[in-house]
Amino acid sequence: MFKYIKKPIEKIDGLALVTGNEKYTDDFYFENMLHISILHSGYAHAKIEDIDDSTALRMPGVVDVLSYKNVKQILYTTAGQGYPEPSPYDTVLFGNVMRFVGDNVCAVAAETKEIADSALKKIKVKYKRLKPILHFEESENSKIIIHKDDGAFPKIPVYYDASKNLAAKVEAEVGNFEEAFQNSENKIEQTFFTQYASHCALEPHAAVSYIDTRGRLVIISTTQVPFHVRRIVSHIAEIPISKIRVIKPRIGGGFGGKQEVLLEPIVALVTWKTKRPAKLVYSRKEVFKSSRTRHEYRTIFKVGFQKDGKINAMHLDALENSGAYGSHALTVLSNAGSKTLPLLNKIENLKFTGKGVYTNLPCGGAYRGYGATEAYFGFGQVVDMVCEASGNDIIEYYKKWAIKSGETSPIFKALGEGKEGVAMTVTSTSLNECLEVGARESGWYEKKKLYGVNSTLNKNNRYKRGIGMADLMQGSAIPEIDMASAYIKMNDDGSFNLNVGATDLGTGSDTILAQIASEVLDTPVDKFIVTSSDTDFTPFDTGAYASSTTYLSGQAVLKCAKQIKEQILKVGAEMLGVSLDEVDILDSNVVVKPSSNNENKGEVSYQDICSYSFYQNNQFQIQAAVSHVSPKSPPPFAVHFVEIEVDTFTGIIKVLNYVATVDCGTPINTTLAEGQAEGAIVNGISYALFENYYFSNHGKMLNDTFGKYGMYTAADIPPIKVHLIDSYEETGPFGAKSISEININGALPAIANAFYNATGKRLYKAPFSPEYVLKILKSNP
Amino acid sequence: MKISFNINNQNRELELNPNQTLLTVLRNNGFTEVKCGCNEGECGACLVLLDDKAVNSCQVLAMSVQNKKIKTVKGIGTLHNPNLIQKIFAGTGADQCGFCSPGMIVASYSLLKENSSPSDSEILEGLDGNLCRCTGYIKIIEAVRRSSSVLLKNNVEAE
Repeated sequence: MFKYIKKPIEKIDGLALVTGNEKYTDDFYFENMLHISILHSGYAHAKIEDIDDSTALRMPGVVDVLSYKNVKQILYTTAGQGYPEPSPYDTVLFGNVMRFVGDNVCAVAAETKEIADSALKKIKVKYKRLKPILHFEESENSKIIIHKDDGAFPKIPVYYDASKNLAAKVEAEVGNFEEAFQNSENKIEQTFFTQYASHCALEPHAAVSYIDTRGRLVIISTTQVPFHVRRIVSHIAEIPISKIRVIKPRIGGGFGGKQEVLLEPIVALVTWKTKRPAKLVYSRKEVFKSSRTRHEYRTIFKVGFQKDGKINAMHLDALENSGAYGSHALTVLSNAGSKTLPLLNKIENLKFTGKGVYTNLPCGGAYRGYGATEAYFGFGQVVDMVCEASGNDIIEYYKKWAIKSGETSPIFKALGEGKEGVAMTVTSTSLNECLEVGARESGWYEKKKLYGVNSTLNKNNRYKRGIGMADLMQGSAIPEIDMASAYIKMNDDGSFNLNVGATDLGTGSDTILAQIASEVLDTPVDKFIVTSSDTDFTPFDTGAYASSTTYLSGQAVLKCAKQIKEQILKVGAEMLGVSLDEVDILDSNVVVKPSSNNENKGEVSYQDICSYSFYQNNQFQIQAAVSHVSPKSPPPFAVHFVEIEVDTFTGIIKVLNYVATVDCGTPINTTLAEGQAEGAIVNGISYALFENYYFSNHGKMLNDTFGKYGMYTAADIPPIKVHLIDSYEETGPFGAKSISEININGALPAIANAFYNATGKRLYKAPFSPEYVLKILKSNP
Repeated sequence: MKISFNINNQNRELELNPNQTLLTVLRNNGFTEVKCGCNEGECGACLVLLDDKAVNSCQVLAMSVQNKKIKTVKGIGTLHNPNLIQKIFAGTGADQCGFCSPGMIVASYSLLKENSSPSDSEILEGLDGNLCRCTGYIKIIEAVRRSSSVLLKNNVEAE
């Protein structure tokens, strides 16, 4: 049916990547370039009383020092989100209050990186130490106020109360939870914790800037959000948007970590002031400590259900550790509810309450999964608990109670992103098939019989095996907020420029968007020269986040390519001397339809059509620019099955097998879709079992290297099999939804459920470290 | 000080400070295909072959490579003349963001040069020093397997 869609087409930048030919931000070197190093706070909470940079400034090669003394105190949010942002304006580039270990004290610009680094040691900072808040559950009632008298404010009319250390608060209720809960025969009330994590994109954050020949500021940056970078730099550096150009070169992975505007304003200020190129690259330690993280969460689930397993009432209460600043605090919180609660849409009484609190710990931000990962840990387990208690097979349970095509959930409207959400009906899902195929491929029913606490296999055995599963949903773009646009022009050899603001950060979206245009125009993918993204040359796109690029930017490309097709057909018909309704496109040609009665059965190639439109008659450039906003955010679905072995002597959990069935609508590129799922799954397992931030008693991250942090390596991975099970989403390009985030959410609940199957005990706190597992094994059930 | 060495079959003489690492010197002199992911010898993005042995160039002092032979990912194959392993990596989807790819290619090339038919556990061991966050390693491992079988089928070395 498709020619270029649903194919394992090689990434258009593939060979350039694997031969080291592509350029990333740090690969740009300029003559006369300054190098910047940052001095970070070693204290979790302190007031800077004075900075003495005189010795540093006297060092040969030191050009400038930026600090609160000479940088204007302009409030903003580092979150690269739609404007006005739902995150509070609580950050200044260089302030005089340090709110976490890793906060910016000052920046040194010097002739070499070595000089900049050694100058940092010569800067004398006089701190007045303040008591920090290092436990997020203590924040709301603490006497310590983290954003005191600093003018921090919400940019949109949402709840915000710095005097209570509240960066965000969200409440939504459908039906009457309390009454239904009280009247339920069975009740579960359980608290879960998820931990900090680093995105670990292999490329550290970097930015390079220079002044172009006409005096404009050019910033090359490792960003997922080039247009937000331009706007935010303009705001902080007080440079008009018209004088700023932001270029996104190749990006070495983001996962949400590069949806933050952290380094760009610093290089911008240095370059704007000195008129010299400037470069700032974070070290890995800086990425861990000073960039953004996954928020730490506490979730409390209250579930009231009948003997037969029907849930009457569910309340999810989330407490989010926002860290020192409120970047994405509100929206990650909302998503904890909006991406989980609609899954079991037949629950009549639903309540979500959430608070995001400030602490003197590293800042949370956007991280693949975005609240859903945190909430599914508990959600997936309480559903398993309900099924265990009511004697339901969980596969059949989800089949019965999960949202189906033609159905909606009141939560879609009740929980938006800083404003009311958008009501929508789910129109595409292959969830039932995902459940069935996953159960079959994982050997669910056989293994459920074989394993279990009292099975002959597990009883009295040091090694206990178990199988668990989790059912998941996410979204595709933020409805009625995110906007994407595309520009296509035709060249005289029949090739096309496809310019998109959509930001390929390693996902392969350049290739996917070219495939979409290829399919519309029936011409090979290599006929498209894709440019993404450059604020001077590509049209606006909110950026690569919220699982939006394929679904949203893809639809913009589809609409744009359709307009190009119309223009091509018109010129083709004119050249062939036939009417417009007698022609069609076929394999890079305009042809007279076989059904046409016209005797002229000729054809003209795209090359001739463009050449004609350039030089022959009625000349014009075949081109189109189109924007797209989505009226809905169709959820992708996934079901994850995991088989584990618990060593009850050491507490080590070994993953034996992992099967994921995924409904992303139509997978535009099967290889890339699988790759998205596989990468997310491994990240999810690594997070569930190992990854964490360990802090000293003073709030300093202790494991700030790859080695100590312990993300998975090739040697750690279990057998993983991803099955893509299509549905067709009418509002997406060729039926596509999203796939990038959803699959990071399964490992936590699925492994925890498998652990219960193996041992009869539950894991409430991630990561499932050997110490924690042993503690749970020794506890009473 | 100056040092001379051979890189990707060309002799070069470069000016450097004695405390600079090979990674810094290479990147400062245009060899930006060698990536810096951690600068602590833990991610493998800066892997190069030093006298045919794979090393993290961030852990090698540049002055120690006097008269030695270095091969970067571009010495293994280029955009216009890619090595078989590189073609298979791109064809298998073993590259997502591509930042780890230069190191992964060097590690895979080095592995397959020493052992053209590695077992799965030998592949995992061979790639253990190279981190990747995008792929979950699955397609990378698959690319090494495929490279191995094509090399064996064609009875050629990873050259």
